[in-house]
Amino acid sequence: MSDHASTYVPKSAFAKWFESRLPIAGLVHSSFVAFPVPRNLTYFWTFGAILIFMLGAQILTGIWLAMHYVPEATKAFDSVEHIMRDVNYGWLLRYLHANGASMFFIAVYIHMFRGLYYGSYKAPREVLWILGVIIFLLMMATAFMGYVLPWGQMSFWGATVITNLFSAIPIVGDVIVSLLWGGYSVGNPTLNRFFALHYLLPFMIAGVVVLHVWALHVTGQNNPTGVPIKSAKDAVPFTPYATIKDVFATICFLIFFAWFIFYVPNYLGHADNYIPANPAVTPAHIVPEWYFLPFYAILRAVPDKLGGVIAMGAAVVILAFLPWLDTSRVRSANYRPLYRQFFWVFVIVCVLLGWLGSKPPEGGYVIASRVCTIWYFVHFLVILPVLGLFETPRPLPSSILETVLRGKKGGAGMPAGAAAAPSTKG
Amino acid sequence: MTTARALLAAASLAAGLALPLAASAAEGQPHPPREKWSFSGVFGTFDRAQLQRGFKVYREVCQSCHQLKIPFRTLSQPGGPQFSQAQINALAAEYKVQDGPNDAGDMFERPARAADNIPWTFANENQAASANGGKAPPSLQLMAKARSYERGFPLFIVDALPFFQYQEHGADYIHALLTGYKDPPAGFTVPPGGHYNEYFPGHIIAMPKPIATDGQVEYPKGPDGKSPVPETVEQYSRDIAAFLMWTAEPNLEARKRTGFMVIIFLAVFAYLMYYVKKKVWAKVGGEAEGLPGTAPLGPTH
Amino acid sequence: MIATGAAGVVGLGAVVWPFVAAMAPDQQTIAAGAPVEVDLGPIAEGQLVKVFWRGKLIFVRHRTSSEIKSAEDVNIASLPDPQPDSARVKAGHTPWLVVYGNCTHLGCVPLANEGAYKGWACPCHGSIFDTSGRIRQGPAPTNLPIPPYTFVSDTKIRIGEETKVAPAAANA
Repeated sequence: MSDHASTYVPKSAFAKWFESRLPIAGLVHSSFVAFPVPRNLTYFWTFGAILIFMLGAQILTGIWLAMHYVPEATKAFDSVEHIMRDVNYGWLLRYLHANGASMFFIAVYIHMFRGLYYGSYKAPREVLWILGVIIFLLMMATAFMGYVLPWGQMSFWGATVITNLFSAIPIVGDVIVSLLWGGYSVGNPTLNRFFALHYLLPFMIAGVVVLHVWALHVTGQNNPTGVPIKSAKDAVPFTPYATIKDVFATICFLIFFAWFIFYVPNYLGHADNYIPANPAVTPAHIVPEWYFLPFYAILRAVPDKLGGVIAMGAAVVILAFLPWLDTSRVRSANYRPLYRQFFWVFVIVCVLLGWLGSKPPEGGYVIASRVCTIWYFVHFLVILPVLGLFETPRPLPSSILETVLRGKKGGAGMPAGAAAAPSTKG
Repeated sequence: MTTARALLAAASLAAGLALPLAASAAEGQPHPPREKWSFSGVFGTFDRAQLQRGFKVYREVCQSCHQLKIPFRTLSQPGGPQFSQAQINALAAEYKVQDGPNDAGDMFERPARAADNIPWTFANENQAASANGGKAPPSLQLMAKARSYERGFPLFIVDALPFFQYQEHGADYIHALLTGYKDPPAGFTVPPGGHYNEYFPGHIIAMPKPIATDGQVEYPKGPDGKSPVPETVEQYSRDIAAFLMWTAEPNLEARKRTGFMVIIFLAVFAYLMYYVKKKVWAKVGGEAEGLPGTAPLGPTH
Repeated sequence: MIATGAAGVVGLGAVVWPFVAAMAPDQQTIAAGAPVEVDLGPIAEGQLVKVFWRGKLIFVRHRTSSEIKSAEDVNIASLPDPQPDSARVKAGHTPWLVVYGNCTHLGCVPLANEGAYKGWACPCHGSIFDTSGRIRQGPAPTNLPIPPYTFVSDTKIRIGEETKVAPAAANA
């Protein structure tokens, strides 16, 4: 997968025979063993591994749940209760899967904000970043459809609200909604097709993850300095150094995960979803799962229906254009004093939007969501392009090794001889 | 640091924005008071005697209208009220369920068995609705998870934290609702068929006060000929709330027990892994993070 | 060359068509969407009944004279979606308002007799409707649509059948 020659040498006669016919061992060796990793990566770089673990965990628990779940409108809710009460360790599988979705999003948001902070979307990693945005979109679709499956009140009304968004599209909107529903409203055909798609999409995610990892191995990893690997001394081989660190971080993440599963399993869910779906009664207050709340707040901040839908879609799609919106030549926010402040303001705006998304759309909440929504787009469309032109970055270190040897202190003020160093990557 | 200052400024701006909003949202509805439950906390378990009393309250008070869709057999499962198998069989036999069709093609009634669900008083939702003023009384088996109340920022975060965690909002609500029937405040008109309840959202509830008086349900007597707990509306409400928490989360005890072992295991494993990782990285002079200028670097390939 | 390409496109379209069509409402669903009759006799003045047609909630509301009056005494030009009350009921049957029961914003069920106009108020995003089912405040873009229906007799309507096209029945 990577662009450097494999150093894998088959040892046995069989290995030699096999390698000359399908060089997969060499591929794995060059991608996951010998692959050079910047030696200054922090724990923020372990979330990629954590995410791959979470994808695998969700697929595994999901398949096991599907062995007991019934995707039929009159039986779905009871079949989930059957899993919770009668299936051996069914409660564990379901809580793993339901909380796993939240953990997946926690990890992906940390992963994304890390990318934003360290400029990981910049050349030459644009395609890598866009593949990530595609994975994020697929994740959102998967999570949304998964939330519909228990067929509780929030499932049903969440599905109604979200599918109705498509009716805002001029002319073809109503046809699209009818194709999504397979009827005249959200009903059994909707549940059935959502189940089929919820089962399919994770495998599509896995496919795009392969491309994402492939693209990563072509460009190499970014690192806290944003300065590329220049000599062998800047890097360590992926195995054992990065592998062991990823495993350690994953175990720590699992402790966090386990806390939710075993002690607050319903904290991230919504009480109304323990009430069976009822098309004649709307819950007093429809809210999506927490990971959609910032986008939901943006949807509701715009007074016009179509405008709200467009703003919500744009809030995700704009990420794909980030490599060209940010005009700064410096990657890492560690060397961009102004951007660093705007980054943290942006983080707070996103958290605030999430909180506002959970509030009823009235009075001060609406005004606050509008202010935050405007800031969200201003950050991408005005601040990032303009900042790169006016900001004076701090001098970059000449190499990764230099920052490592100096330690964390005194990161500033070193002469920037970066451009002169010849690239001896290998 | 400028970052820290910017953060602080933004956070205080956010807080300033949030506080008046939070205040404006919290009008009208009082929160159910927080109760002490034996099943809360990391080591919480159900009180068997309380669950058995709670089931008695269900049978004598709630059952005439509300469905409890759980099988009889679960009442003897570990982690629940743990009635004996003989008690369950005798209890089930008191109920009639429809079965069939038989060889002649007819449906017939037979005594219930432990494997059957506890039957409902009504044949279906519509019958229940027409007998209860147009709306069927909700099933109770999930009530303790299907009801909650908002704690607002920042308390909702506290509910998730280790040592402070709290998942018993539903039980609080049930207890508060059953003890929350009061005379309406002056100027509050209660429409016909409605009842004033302090804790019901909007205050007007169709259900008349279910547990009317102290002593309504007779509890099993202790060796001294008296019930070990008071036979009061307060205690009945508490016991039925605990019982409904069990029906909603029958594996609560197994879950907490398993969780304890899993987290201990993961903590030990993480500890061991940390030292393995440290040892591996020592070969290249340790990790960059906070390790200024340690040992020379080895070749990477 | 062009012919081959065109044939390929036709073939591709022919393959895609059944897949898209299979997503659309099936025959059983369509059959279950046949018109339904509602007996108005038992509905007292001031009362509202909910019926389902094609899985969609429909309100049949027997309006009181004061509700009719407040619906008629409105400056039409001031409405977000201007429509006179007379265009929302059948001539000669002014007490009867028949509207879809899902908010035109995002499909929640508005609560009857709530809000400033005592028509409906949506609990989800705060849209307020008057006693004619017209949007007065909030994010909903249009009035509650009117399903196709016809008076079979003075006390019976058939929902799903239209003698003449109602102005706002497009959303069915």
